[in-house]
Amino acid sequence: MHARSPRALFPLLALVLLLPVVAGCGGRDRAKSVTVKGSDTMVILGQKWADAYMKAHPGAVVAVTGGGSGTGIAQLINGTIDIAQSSRSMKDEEKAQAEKAGGAVEEHAVAKDGVTVYVHESNPLATITLDQLRGVYTGTITNWKELGGADKPIVVYSRENSSGTYVFFKEHVLGGADFVEHAQTLPGTAAVVNAVTKDPSGIGYGGIAYGAGIRHLGIVGPAGTAIEPNEATIADGTYPLSRPLYWYVAAKAPPAARELVTWVLSPEGQAHVKEVGYFPIR
Amino acid sequence: MAAPPLLARPVDHRRRRIDRVAEIAIAASALLTVTGIVLIFVFVFREAMPVLFDRDTRLEANLAKFFSPGGWQPVSDHPKYSFIPLLVGSLKATLVAVVTAVPIAVLAALYTAEFAPRAIRELLKPVVELLAGIPSVVLGFFALIVLASVLQAITGSPSRLNAFNAGLALGFSIIPVVYSVSEDALRAVPASYREASLALGASAWQTAFRVTLPAAWAGIFAAVMLGLGRAVGETMIVLMASGNAAITSWSAFDSIRTMSATIAAELAEVVVGSPHYSTLFFIGSLLFAITFVLNVAAGLMVERMRRRLAGA
Repeated sequence: MHARSPRALFPLLALVLLLPVVAGCGGRDRAKSVTVKGSDTMVILGQKWADAYMKAHPGAVVAVTGGGSGTGIAQLINGTIDIAQSSRSMKDEEKAQAEKAGGAVEEHAVAKDGVTVYVHESNPLATITLDQLRGVYTGTITNWKELGGADKPIVVYSRENSSGTYVFFKEHVLGGADFVEHAQTLPGTAAVVNAVTKDPSGIGYGGIAYGAGIRHLGIVGPAGTAIEPNEATIADGTYPLSRPLYWYVAAKAPPAARELVTWVLSPEGQAHVKEVGYFPIR
Repeated sequence: MAAPPLLARPVDHRRRRIDRVAEIAIAASALLTVTGIVLIFVFVFREAMPVLFDRDTRLEANLAKFFSPGGWQPVSDHPKYSFIPLLVGSLKATLVAVVTAVPIAVLAALYTAEFAPRAIRELLKPVVELLAGIPSVVLGFFALIVLASVLQAITGSPSRLNAFNAGLALGFSIIPVVYSVSEDALRAVPASYREASLALGASAWQTAFRVTLPAAWAGIFAAVMLGLGRAVGETMIVLMASGNAAITSWSAFDSIRTMSATIAAELAEVVVGSPHYSTLFFIGSLLFAITFVLNVAAGLMVERMRRRLAGA
């Protein structure tokens, strides 16, 4: 047995060597199929577009998956997908990586989303200023009475630092400052909404598309008046916390991907944006 | 002269060939498993290497920063990479899990091994072991929606999602392994021990607690180690039920962020090859090392018990 065991390795070795070959087979028809991947916030939107596009263009195949803005961008850089969906703009280091990997990347704002601030429906607070919001999320304001509410500690809910919403909130509300350490980070806007519905002293933020079951706060921005998040205020940009949603396309993407981008930006494509709770770009 | 049976030769030959094919297949499976595990570790460690050896990465994330007190804010203008809140978080959740689950699991094992009538024993053990089949995401979901509200109503703690909530749910997930291994250890204690004790006039309870339990302690210790290993590495439950706030405190009612949940939450979005990326893989290596040590310790204890009981 001992003498024989090295030879027992050969079949295994052959198997290991063969695996990549097998995995490499079955490549898809790249000419017609377009792969779109990225932001979890945008998956539903992307799928809506894909369905409508494939109906209008028989023979076209568009595959949309989630995984997160960063995942999509990383795969775009690696050249494994055609289009990355992202709820944040590309970071400088990612742009540098893309150029190093041999391809510039085009940025298209394809829809608008509003980041809204939620409280429990029993909370008397109706509006909050951007400064107060920054105080709550950086830890200088810790009690509801400082905002004119009841005397109880504020339970702060946030998103994971992997989320585009987190990055947007950090840049546009906190001015780049760090979140307070007792901010509880939850996976997904739905989890934040769920936590706030169950927590009378909670506050959370997330996309407007998920806003059922809690109350949205009006935001007092630089203009000095409270603005409620709704279609009109987000579309015209008066709501202080609205953000563009992006598609990133490799400059050398196949024609099928370009056609899809053109279609998405056309009035026909933009018409589907409202159906999933976001807002058209123009 | 008695010729060897003519038929025997080809049959023997064929059988030997089948034997040999089977042998190779089994050896290949064993090798594949081991190779897989080794390759996984090599990959994880290779991705973690820059925090030890790459100059640019070490400017931002290095061992000194990992193990000095501070915060965990990897996505920031001034990233903070202290592992202390994560280590404290993992430790707190694991402690709550072990403190609540081990007594229940060991006492249940003692009952099953020593007192339960045969019919109950044959029902109880498979049912508890079935608990191990509950997907951890289901336990996590339960803790997130139901358990957290119940606990908050009882304790009145300001944050619903905290170390205690996550620890209790983790406890559920480790009860089956602690119970099962403990029960095996208790059953492995030779009947002569109990007979001697009973013959000396000890009651059944005295025998169970003062004779059987001490005789099986190494096996029970191993069960606890395995439970610890599972609790430290468990991800989904803590991700959902602990609040994931990187707070360094010893209160069981503060939110925690564990090492495993940190990896799960952040790896999907991190820029590949960045210091943050390498740091997450370093945490992975650390977790691997911790569970490896716990599992080896458990294995050694089981071996030790087997030898002692055999020698007795």
